[in-house]
Amino acid sequence: MATSPLQPWGESVEASSHDVLLIGGGAAGLRAAIAAAEVNPKLNIAVVSKVYPMRSHTVSAEGGAAGVAKPDDSLDEHAYDTISGGDWLSDQDAVEAFVAEAPQELAQLERWGCPWNREPDGHIAVRAFGGMKKMRTWFAADKTGFHMLHTLFQTTLKYQPISRYDEWFVTKLLVDDGVVRGVVAIELMSGRIQAILAKAVILCTGGCGRVFPFTTNANIKSGDGMALAFRAGAPLKDMEFVQYHPTGLPFTGILITEAARAEGGYMLNKDGYRYLQDYNLGKPEPKPVLRCMELGPRDRLSQAFVHEHHKGRTMETPYGPVVHLDLRHLGEKLINAKLPFVRELCQKYQSIDPVRELIPVRPVVHYMMGGVSTDINGATPLHGLYAAGEVACVSLNGANRLGSNSLPECLVFGNRAGKAAAEFASSHGLGNGAVMAQAADEESRLKSEFLHKTGGRERIATIRTEMQSTVEQSVGIYREEASLRAGLHKMMELQERYQDITLDDRSHTFNTELESALELGFMLDVAQSMVASAMHRTESRGAHQRTDFAMRNDEKFLAHSLLYRNFDGSARVEYSPVTITRWPPGERVYGQHAQHPDAKAVQRVS
Amino acid sequence: MADKIVMEIARYSPESDHEPHFESYEVPVKREWVVLDALNHIKDNVDGSLTYRWSCRMGICGSCGMMVNGEPKLTCATFLSSYARNGNKIRVEPLRYFPVIRDLVTEIGGFMEKLKKAKPWLMRASNDQLTEGTYLQTPEQLDRYKQFSMCINCTLCYAACPVTGLDPVFIGPAALALAQRYNMDSRDQGAAERTATLAHPEGVWGCTFVGECTRVCPKHVDPAGAIQQYKIAAVMDWLKSFVTPRGRDAGSQAGND
Ligand SMILES: Cc1cc2nc3c(=O)[nH]c(=O)nc-3n(C[C@H](O)[C@H](O)[C@H](O)COP(=O)(O)OP(=O)(O)OC[C@H]3O[C@@H](n4cnc5c(N)ncnc54)[C@H](O)[C@@H]3O)c2cc1C
Ligand code: SF4
Ligand code: FES
Repeated sequence: MATSPLQPWGESVEASSHDVLLIGGGAAGLRAAIAAAEVNPKLNIAVVSKVYPMRSHTVSAEGGAAGVAKPDDSLDEHAYDTISGGDWLSDQDAVEAFVAEAPQELAQLERWGCPWNREPDGHIAVRAFGGMKKMRTWFAADKTGFHMLHTLFQTTLKYQPISRYDEWFVTKLLVDDGVVRGVVAIELMSGRIQAILAKAVILCTGGCGRVFPFTTNANIKSGDGMALAFRAGAPLKDMEFVQYHPTGLPFTGILITEAARAEGGYMLNKDGYRYLQDYNLGKPEPKPVLRCMELGPRDRLSQAFVHEHHKGRTMETPYGPVVHLDLRHLGEKLINAKLPFVRELCQKYQSIDPVRELIPVRPVVHYMMGGVSTDINGATPLHGLYAAGEVACVSLNGANRLGSNSLPECLVFGNRAGKAAAEFASSHGLGNGAVMAQAADEESRLKSEFLHKTGGRERIATIRTEMQSTVEQSVGIYREEASLRAGLHKMMELQERYQDITLDDRSHTFNTELESALELGFMLDVAQSMVASAMHRTESRGAHQRTDFAMRNDEKFLAHSLLYRNFDGSARVEYSPVTITRWPPGERVYGQHAQHPDAKAVQRVS
Repeated sequence: MADKIVMEIARYSPESDHEPHFESYEVPVKREWVVLDALNHIKDNVDGSLTYRWSCRMGICGSCGMMVNGEPKLTCATFLSSYARNGNKIRVEPLRYFPVIRDLVTEIGGFMEKLKKAKPWLMRASNDQLTEGTYLQTPEQLDRYKQFSMCINCTLCYAACPVTGLDPVFIGPAALALAQRYNMDSRDQGAAERTATLAHPEGVWGCTFVGECTRVCPKHVDPAGAIQQYKIAAVMDWLKSFVTPRGRDAGSQAGND
């Protein structure tokens, strides 16, 4: 590993140092690493990741990545779809930068080898996606994230200045006088605890779906970066906005991509009725119509499910109520060509074949709109700390992300953060090593609170399960004061009980139980921040629906919530205004009557 | 289907053991459970020190490969119920031929180096590179390498390959398939450069064509097919070197049309 000399400050903890340090090797982290290397090839860049980079959660993304590609489309339309989809909580300067750069980034990925689907003449093919008025979603069958991640990872291998800490787990950010100077991390293989110092640190640690019991998110998505930043003093923005995806497989929570509906799938209730027509999403047509019915935004579709359930029109299963996703009319050929992974997942995990059978689905926690607050270049309020990807909140996604906007978000803002951090690192030093004392404290904490701890009665899994059900009950699809209050109380109880956990595993070598314990600690902070932010926002907007405050309230809440940690460990919520450039707040209208003049039935590509 | 099953799991910690041993755990069998769910059940409720890798639980991140009753398998895609006949046991071990770090976790640093040796990135002559826009590629051209691009790096094929077992230097099936993924890509011009590493004995010629890699691959990558293509291409190159000035045409057959 290309690290600078060890132990420069003579403390007990070892240290290595770099110019730019990436925490996370998903789409955002790898894109940022390449960007930094290209700004200044002399920089020494390193990627720390708790899993080998190509195992990062980006690998699971299926449907595609949005970026204007065809002559019938325009940047303004992509911007408008994103802003209205986000219920006007997106910062419009960020949206404008995003829509302008997304096509370039997707093209860059093509030039690095990403196997995008093509039209017969060799040009990039695009597909429809929920809430998008035009077809602009680039896709690599239904394994888009997999291909993007492997392309990025393989491409990083040719950059000499990028070194890696594979399977290293970051436990703490080192901050000296408001400036971030590096991290403390555990090398899983050996259990060695080390400081990794850097002139600039970029958090690309992804989302936090695992705080919920039922999620599409991989096991590694425990909100580590959000908690790391929060503990270091950076604010978390808009944490009350959690996306439920309308179509997860019951029990596993495995995602059936929105592309299944974009290709023409129907949502049916227990009577075989396309129930979305009852929820202000337009009239059913045989072919998919953009921004209508099954191609409405995710928050609306998930909310419609709850109403269907209350009306008794869903079906009961051992794993909760479901509705059906019907792909049968699409035919085997199209399913094999465009949705092969959907078929594979249904066959393998649900023992059904979507060519002939209905797929049982229910809403499932999928994506975190909120995250570490950053500016348009990924900079957080802490000097030297940047964030990009799902861990960050720029804010592009506002109150509800549109499907296929987040992969390109990782690229656009990964690139921006990588450049900004590289410039910062080119003009700042490493600091004087004052943080090494903190690193030594962190090492002692890890030992005394976990590895060498005596006593303790609580099992990790017990607290985790209780946290997950608390979070679901208080910040589920619909929220209200009483359950939020109850949630906050329970969270405080869990935080206390967490102090009393015990580990079966005290060894140094690949201690996954220690990792789980630390992840649980991060998740408790993240869960608490969600509940607290949701409690303070007494309005309904996008994915944040309060039964006791059913209307959007622009006068009071056209604003981002910012949750800060106080010195005494308590938290406070502040608000900052939303940046509006060209699209004043309006009503979100879906269905045929809301159509843009030239929106038309989806034509299948190839 | 029995409602309980005994799992015999290989345990090894370098801090306390000289060699691996098996421990048995009885776990409930549920229809939806995969082998990984049973491991998680043990870790959460019985023994928190059981050590293995996993993440996506949907067969795409490539973390959870293990030997299940002697076969390399993705444990998140292998159902418990398929083993739960009367009195059957499930034996879970780390993937064969890899050094073991602990319990079911193998050391894959060597594998990662092999991937890099394949030079898995798009290469173009410097005067023939786009700096904006996209290359053209027809669906047919995409189809020529698509299968080889499906590898999730799960290393099951290495655990199935007797040649990697005997000769750890052999670059192995997934890395060769990866090289071929780029060689066959109509946008790539790096075949000649890749051939330089892969034509070594530890490269493509190490393979004795057993075909086990293709049989166990959960993603139908067909590494054996890739290796076969590669060998034919290399032989063609060698033959051609007699009729064309040496080196000039090397690798040209590998998909640059
Ligand atoms: C099933 C599924 C399908 C999706 N489909 C789509 C889609 O079609 N289109 C779309 O636009 N979006 C989609 N999304 C969303 C999108 O995939 C994610 O938002 C995006 O991939 C996040 O990428 P990332 O780089 O921010 O984080 P990730 O890919 O999650 O990477 C996080 C990285 O951080 C590292 N890390 C985390 N914590 C630590 C720590 N403590 N120490 C060291 N390293 C750490 C991890 O090892 C990992 O490398 C989907 C999401 C899911 C769950
Ligand atoms: S070729 Fe198949 S078995 Fe081998 S690593 Fe790739 S996906 Fe796994
Ligand atoms: S857990 Fe990801 S492949 Fe099995």
